[in-house]
Amino acid sequence: MMPKLNASNAVAALMCAALILLPVYSAATGNIFILTLFTRITIYALAAASLNLIMGYGGMMSFGHAAYLGIGGYAVGILAAEGIGSGFIQWPVALVVSALFALLIGALSLRTRGVYFIMITLAFAQMAYYVASALSRYGGDDGLTVYKRSDFAGLINLSDRNQFYYLCLACLFGGLYLIWRIVNSRFGLVVQGVRSNEQRMQAIGFHANRYRLVCFVIAGTICGLAGALLANNTDFVSPAVMYWTRSGDLMVMVILGGMGSLFGPVVGAIVYLLLEELLSQFTEFSGLILGPVLLLIVLFARGGIMGLLGRMRRG
Amino acid sequence: MYLVVEQLLNGLQFGLLLFLLAAGLTLVFGIMDFVNLAHGSLYMMGAYFAATFVAWTGSFVLGALMALGATLLLGIVLEYVALRHLYGRGHLDQVLATFGLILFFNDAVRLIWGPAGLALPLPAWLTVPVQIIPGVYYPAYRLMIIAVALAVAAMLYLVVMRTRVGMLIRAGASNREMIGALGINIKLLFTLVFGLGAALAGLAGLMQAPILTVQIGMGENILILAFVIIVIGGIGSIRGAFMAAIFVGIIDTMGRAFLPDLLRKVLSGAAASTAAPALSSMLIYLLMAIILVLRPEGLFPAAKR
Amino acid sequence: MKKAFWLAGAMALALAQPATAADSVKIGFVSTFSGPTAVIGNDMRNSFELALDHLGRKIDGKPVEVIYEDDQQKPDVGKQKTEKLVQSDKVDFIVGYIWSNVLLASLKTAVDSKTFLISANAGPSQLAGELCSPYVFSTSWQNDQTPAAMGLYMNQKGVKSVFLIGPNYAAGKDMLAGVKSTFKGEVVGEEYTVWPSQLDFSAELTKARNSKAESIFVFYPGAAGVQFLNQYAQAGIKAQIPLYTAFTVDELSLPLQKDNAIGIPGAQEWVNDLPNAENKKFVEDYRKKYPGLRPTYYGAQAYDAAQLINSAVVAVNGDLTKKDAMKAEMEKANFKSLRGPFKYGNNHIPIQNFYLQDVVKDADGQLSLKTVATIVKDDQDKFHDKCSMK
Repeated sequence: MMPKLNASNAVAALMCAALILLPVYSAATGNIFILTLFTRITIYALAAASLNLIMGYGGMMSFGHAAYLGIGGYAVGILAAEGIGSGFIQWPVALVVSALFALLIGALSLRTRGVYFIMITLAFAQMAYYVASALSRYGGDDGLTVYKRSDFAGLINLSDRNQFYYLCLACLFGGLYLIWRIVNSRFGLVVQGVRSNEQRMQAIGFHANRYRLVCFVIAGTICGLAGALLANNTDFVSPAVMYWTRSGDLMVMVILGGMGSLFGPVVGAIVYLLLEELLSQFTEFSGLILGPVLLLIVLFARGGIMGLLGRMRRG
Repeated sequence: MYLVVEQLLNGLQFGLLLFLLAAGLTLVFGIMDFVNLAHGSLYMMGAYFAATFVAWTGSFVLGALMALGATLLLGIVLEYVALRHLYGRGHLDQVLATFGLILFFNDAVRLIWGPAGLALPLPAWLTVPVQIIPGVYYPAYRLMIIAVALAVAAMLYLVVMRTRVGMLIRAGASNREMIGALGINIKLLFTLVFGLGAALAGLAGLMQAPILTVQIGMGENILILAFVIIVIGGIGSIRGAFMAAIFVGIIDTMGRAFLPDLLRKVLSGAAASTAAPALSSMLIYLLMAIILVLRPEGLFPAAKR
Repeated sequence: MKKAFWLAGAMALALAQPATAADSVKIGFVSTFSGPTAVIGNDMRNSFELALDHLGRKIDGKPVEVIYEDDQQKPDVGKQKTEKLVQSDKVDFIVGYIWSNVLLASLKTAVDSKTFLISANAGPSQLAGELCSPYVFSTSWQNDQTPAAMGLYMNQKGVKSVFLIGPNYAAGKDMLAGVKSTFKGEVVGEEYTVWPSQLDFSAELTKARNSKAESIFVFYPGAAGVQFLNQYAQAGIKAQIPLYTAFTVDELSLPLQKDNAIGIPGAQEWVNDLPNAENKKFVEDYRKKYPGLRPTYYGAQAYDAAQLINSAVVAVNGDLTKKDAMKAEMEKANFKSLRGPFKYGNNHIPIQNFYLQDVVKDADGQLSLKTVATIVKDDQDKFHDKCSMK
């Protein structure tokens, strides 16, 4: 399985190298903020990558994916508030709760297709949002401050900027590797087969929905991990992170970067969040630029940025 | 008893308001298979146009009519320049492109009209409460919304069910290839339908403006409600949208009106006062989830494609 | 390929700000400059700029550099902007924060880096209580203070019963709790509406009317306040049950509420006609500098923040490393506040007067806010005991 050398793979390789070397650049120039910015970007990239697993490969367009960011974050935040600071407890809880939530809403939502699926996932995420807003013990809608980052018994110090960045990056690469393995496994091929022709896969004897559900749960769990990272990164978790506009942001990152391409969501997250940050420094009317850019990408760059790069070599 | 009647009326009126927005959305969705998130932006533009034109002309009715024309025109231009190239693309491409349009319109409006929003005051004859049954007063303007929305529903029904264009629209909603085979100028039909959808969004926006506000981003939260309605009703079905809108309006209003008291009877005071607002906030989503679990294609699915 | 390099280059340029020498006073300003609530952020910025004009754009002889950052009203974005200001721009002060949740998310960054943070609006109870910090000051109030003042006024008016309506989020609950803490009459009903998406208040208004309450109290900031007053007036309830408010009618919402707002009382720590010389100058110059606009309490608080910074820097003769001395000076509130003199409590929240404001038509026929009475003098928030600073 030697990857072909083409423009999109070259960009992916270059991007990974740049991400790995970023702390060196940051230390050399004294620019700490770029590291802070990219820590957030890698976390969103992980969330977007997990959405890509169900959306790009599984054909399940979830409009409620940000719910797991909140659930993973609240698992960390609530445990921390109750005096359980150990990451060895917090993080597994975050993953398990995210998986259970995904299992529940997946089992119900997968009865529907297409736009109905989009809307039912949205509905569940909105319910999660309102439940979190009602948790007055944990700050309600003001959110919950996480006073101490997860404690991994000296193994790794999450309060150290570089260590935390590399942890996020490792989670991102780990997540991508897992997704790559899944996509190329027999299981992944079935899921992709179901996307392109459900009836045929059913006829061959696969329980299409069971495969979809497992895939949905895996994606939710990975995104729950991103949520745990995000809570540690912001030292804060609030219902706002689950609001439907945030799910929309994740969707935009995936489509922008390129659905169904392994590195697409990473590129999408980097470009989207950087554009947002850079444009906000030049103008307060960033939508006047960002909006048409999105429209043009859809019109002229099918398959997002990675799709565009993929075509560059073919001419 | 009066209380229940009045709350039912509140719910009916709110539902009809939502129907105005949902009708255009489900029309465009059903016929062109086009997910238009920018429907909320057209709704916003309708309100901004109305506030501007009413201030210019000094007449509510005249300004409203001009605003309707302006949104119709805007819709047609938008379709012609950009959106027609997106028909036949995946829903997600459409979502991304029209999400971009939302960003664009929000900032364009902020640039042109400023961030402060506008006021659309009612003429004096619409501000007086009307006595509907002895002892129960109801805002005149809300009664007008009910009348206008019912008229629009009747008109849409007549157009869709009784005219040649309507026949094509119905044909398009159930089988897109067929109208092509009939030798109809599909491009023109689509442009017209999109324009109609835009005008309906504009109408919804300008009708709501005096009750709500004319604000940037006013289309986004309500757009989600409109999507909930067309999904509950079954995509492409005007009848479904009508029933679902009234259903959602009444459930939402009645939930807010009576749920807290009901819960207080069942739960302890403190628990009820936390649970009630949260529950009535998510009532609509809960309703949609339950309906979709039981009826995965909505209550009134349009004929199979 | 080229694209990636171009992007990387642009990024490096934009993100690599050179560290400047400490011969200027650097201030970061975090507020909302996009979306519908940009109107608040703009007003705060306008007033802050006006304050700098009044200071001759210099503080203790040093040029002032202000970096404005847009929090988009999202907690995590606000936190990121605060980090940028602290880590990349290395500012001496951070000012602004409209929203409680944005402030709470950003607080730790500022406090950990020992950068002075001045909240020019947000006043969550945590800030006054357990999260108080030597590096954090407020030029506004604690959330409960304003509605509590309204409750006192309703007692003074002899109101016997009230129906409370507010949005279902933290500040909304704080506001209703604030009225209840001082109002002595009967609370016959309490309704929370969906925030921020509820559009129609007819169900709540119908309930309020049927409850036979003598009065209604609401808290609806911004656009929601316009909606509520529209619907309250259209339903004909305005003629039947008087309305009392907190943060519902201000100079930003008034042009949209128009006549619906006439006669609706509110409580505030600052009103545009407060009779001190600084305030007169502020209001006059604001209207001159920004024609067509009127200053708000948000702006007045931002203006005061600039003056507070000025007092601290002048006291240490421009030596910005003397943080303790600056803190000590700020605790004295030794500047001419637009609301008139006030003191700081142990938690760095103002101990101040609250005024009753009403909407009237002014000389040129325009609607404006007017001070009617002083409801309470030297009011201190009730969370200051929970603050560990004594």
